[in-house]
Amino acid sequence: MAARVLLQVKEISKSFGGVQAVLRVNVELFEGEILGVIGPNGSGKTTLVNLITGFVKPGSGDVFFKDRKITGLQPHKIADLGVTRTFQIMRPYHSLPAFKNLIIPLNSPRIVRSRGGKLGDKDAVAIDILEEIGFERDAYVPYKIASSLPLGYLKRLELARCLALKPEVIICDEIFSGLSMAEITTMIPILEKLQLSGISIIMIEHRLRELFRLVGRVMVLNFGQKLAEGAPEEVMARPEVRDAYLGTEEITC
Amino acid sequence: MGYLLLPRLVLIGGLLLLPFLVDMYWQRVLCIAGIYALLALGFDFLAEYVGLVCLGGAFFVGCGTYISGLLSATLNWSPVFTIPIATVGGAALSTLVLLPCLRLRGIYFAITSFMFPLLTVHVIIALNIFGGTEGISALATFPNVWVDQYLILGVVIFSLFAMRRLVNEDFGLILRGIKDNDQAVRASGISITAYKTKAVFIAALMGCFGGAYLSHLYGWIGISQFALDFSILPISAAVMGGMGTLVGPVIGAFILTPLSEQLRDFGQLRVVVYCLILIGFIVYKPEGLMNYLQRKYHQFEHWKEV
Repeated sequence: MAARVLLQVKEISKSFGGVQAVLRVNVELFEGEILGVIGPNGSGKTTLVNLITGFVKPGSGDVFFKDRKITGLQPHKIADLGVTRTFQIMRPYHSLPAFKNLIIPLNSPRIVRSRGGKLGDKDAVAIDILEEIGFERDAYVPYKIASSLPLGYLKRLELARCLALKPEVIICDEIFSGLSMAEITTMIPILEKLQLSGISIIMIEHRLRELFRLVGRVMVLNFGQKLAEGAPEEVMARPEVRDAYLGTEEITC
Repeated sequence: MGYLLLPRLVLIGGLLLLPFLVDMYWQRVLCIAGIYALLALGFDFLAEYVGLVCLGGAFFVGCGTYISGLLSATLNWSPVFTIPIATVGGAALSTLVLLPCLRLRGIYFAITSFMFPLLTVHVIIALNIFGGTEGISALATFPNVWVDQYLILGVVIFSLFAMRRLVNEDFGLILRGIKDNDQAVRASGISITAYKTKAVFIAALMGCFGGAYLSHLYGWIGISQFALDFSILPISAAVMGGMGTLVGPVIGAFILTPLSEQLRDFGQLRVVVYCLILIGFIVYKPEGLMNYLQRKYHQFEHWKEV
């Protein structure tokens, strides 16, 4: 069965001054899949996210969501269509309690529209979302001020903010980085559950072993260009990918 | 119940009783203090809840003053009509003017907003419009001093409680989100420009009301109503009263304005003494009066019979 292409990036390029951050990259995200994007540091992964979600305007190339061109739209317009993202450097609302962080997306036009103007008890909805994402309700974690939360919860909060928007696509920018093995192990089922509920996910990751447990397809970026794409084992077996990760220099001793 | 009610009643009662406790001269000072209180409230709201440090207070006052003054002078309308029109119209105008600057944050927004009152004064002088440097005098004034005072005091109290409510609503929550992290708000599908515009409009409403009221208080409009006092004094009031408490800046304005009047005895040294008092506050009570009082009030033990 050929799944529908949900998000399509065509020949997108962006340079910052003399640095070519992303060069003619094509991405296709099928409905209901998890796509991994990997690559060494500085290979343009986060720029790609910024380009798709409108935080950075592309130099050339286009982004299509459900065959609709979304290139150059404001970030809030793109989020409004259901393409959401997490930030690599977490951006919680420091001064607000964790569950109040979700009241902001719950007030967005997208949610107001989907509920026909009737919003009901937003606090309860927010706490339900947090519980779904792994906040223990009994430990009062949802009620703590966001600036006092540990890293693991902040990463979850990023994901929860996306989830509160009832998204169709979530782009996770290094959601595993900095987490302990135990925390990642509890995150993986959450992401699998999101996939089962019909959300397509792009995961940008450095933690390859954990990533490969989730993704069906992986894409490798290097110096802003697409190096390889395909099933994880197949991609990692390729010599150019190994070279990109480990270096090509001959060892002479 | 009494625990929560007491401070509010003391504040409202205190403000409403003030006109009875002072003589004619100080009653006028009270009116001016009310205008500064509105400006300080707007400043605190924008700075602490939206993250826009707005030095455009003088611009708000000037817009309000000139709109109501011109309506009153040319069309001979009574203050009953000119004040509401100038409040809303002036706020709309100031918001429109500040709109291109809303992309800026922090000190950069402060500098650009600071520029507008200066700019307008120069435009008025250069083009010699709206009475030029002389201004327009002999406008309608309020019937008596009690209307003067209770109008401004009523509006101050109303705005204060309205703002306190607003910042705790979802609307206020989104604004605080913008202050904390505007990119995250954009990623949540909410237009930050729309919300910032609304916030500036609300703050401008208060400033423009102050201006419109001022034109009818003096029965006169002139370029001195774009004076930078209206931009600067609210900041000192907010610093002294306690940033982020909303009530603090109001109390600060009601302390600083009479204080500044009282210091006229010092002649040229007035500004020096004024600065010394401010520096004293910054050094010894940097959190501000209200934050300090709130903390102390909550520290008292309140026993309840059960």
